[in-house]
Amino acid sequence: MIGVVDYDTGNIGSVLNMLKKVGAQAIASRDPSELRKANKLVLPGVGAFDEAMRNLRSFGLYDVLNELVLEQRRPILGVCLGAQLMTKGSEEGDQPGFGWLNAHLVRFRAPEGMPSLRVPHMGWNVVNAEAEGGGIFRDVAQPMRFYFVHSYHMVTEEPGLELSSSHYGYRFTSAMARHNILSMQFHPEKSHKYGLQVYRNFVENFQSC
Amino acid sequence: MLKPRVIPCLLLRGRGLYKTVKFGDPKYVGDPVNAVKIFNEKEVDELLLLDITATPEKREPNYELICDIAGECFMPLAYGGGVTSIAQIRRLHRMGVEKVSLNSSAFHDRRLLEESCDVFGSSSIVAAIDVKKTLFGKYEVWINSGKTNTKEDPIRYAEQLARLGVGEILVNSIDRDGTMAGYDNTLLKNITSAVDTPVIACGGAGTLDHLRDTIACTGVNAVAAGSMFVFHGKHKAVLINYPTPEQLEVLHLSHTTP
Repeated sequence: MIGVVDYDTGNIGSVLNMLKKVGAQAIASRDPSELRKANKLVLPGVGAFDEAMRNLRSFGLYDVLNELVLEQRRPILGVCLGAQLMTKGSEEGDQPGFGWLNAHLVRFRAPEGMPSLRVPHMGWNVVNAEAEGGGIFRDVAQPMRFYFVHSYHMVTEEPGLELSSSHYGYRFTSAMARHNILSMQFHPEKSHKYGLQVYRNFVENFQSC
Repeated sequence: MLKPRVIPCLLLRGRGLYKTVKFGDPKYVGDPVNAVKIFNEKEVDELLLLDITATPEKREPNYELICDIAGECFMPLAYGGGVTSIAQIRRLHRMGVEKVSLNSSAFHDRRLLEESCDVFGSSSIVAAIDVKKTLFGKYEVWINSGKTNTKEDPIRYAEQLARLGVGEILVNSIDRDGTMAGYDNTLLKNITSAVDTPVIACGGAGTLDHLRDTIACTGVNAVAAGSMFVFHGKHKAVLINYPTPEQLEVLHLSHTTP
């Protein structure tokens, strides 16, 4: 059973549709006892960083997720804003993130002397795998193309944390992975066959990396 | 770099898909769920679904049908038609609709538009502008599926929408709708030069050259088309189609904006 964390800030429907497509049993819930029963988790998210963290706290999900992810090492896939919440925090807001991944978020800024970048970065872009990531990109058609919508991107100095990179004005980290935690800035649930294979890998094989 | 998106624009009337000419003369083109399945196979960049009778009939979106469509849509989906409240937008998001497009309600209720952007994030909200030329060549904004003239100037209106924080502006030319004679590039250029907000062009696309010209010379971020992706040949036989990756590559080579 896959538990999709429902905290009113997510594209829950798209994630559930894709999980159904790959044949997974899934529920969307904010009930800690339901989420505890799930053997894997998806943390979706669309919207603003601070509001998302506030919602997670007010629904009583902050401690539960820390317990399931850090202590019990349940495999978890964070998508878009959900991926961002796994970091220490974002330039976008004042609230700290979960801090599971040693990274933070900065706004897209054109390098000096370069023409300005239209933000958000919205559309299909190429994703280059930089690590094995517990086989999460196994059998995904090459070159991998995924749908992005975001104004802030991940930055990490920690070696080995980067799972994939992409280019928008400059090179940036588009996914990260550590142990049971996968963090993807793009939307695999909205990325045709590429995303379908990522969800299939997550559901059928991914445990840890 | 990012490629400009090429977006099929599908019109709902009741439970069927239709294609109009200049917002009138609706022709049945098929079952929406079936069409979306075919567009999935063709790996389209994004889909735009507009219910063109919801607002004139003063009714809410057909959630049951939208849910069926979203369930088969493994690409970004935008929906517009009959949306008048935050609760409706939330309900659509939960079904798997990424973006909600506001047209008549945005015109009447700027607060709704602003609040939607705050609650759901700018990138989830599209503002749509339907534009028609007067006999004297002046552009005016029409609402209510092209039934009501607001007399508003589209450039001034686009500037207001941009200030309210919408993520994208969909500019649809009523005069070009269904004609397959090419986009109104003058109108599009006027709007892209007035706002920084990404603009989606709609109305008039008939050939790949039309897409390429508009991408190359107007500064739009995306091109949408209806007839071109549902009709084939000069007799307009219904055939769901979409450019091949090779054809899209050529479109993008001419793209000059960052």
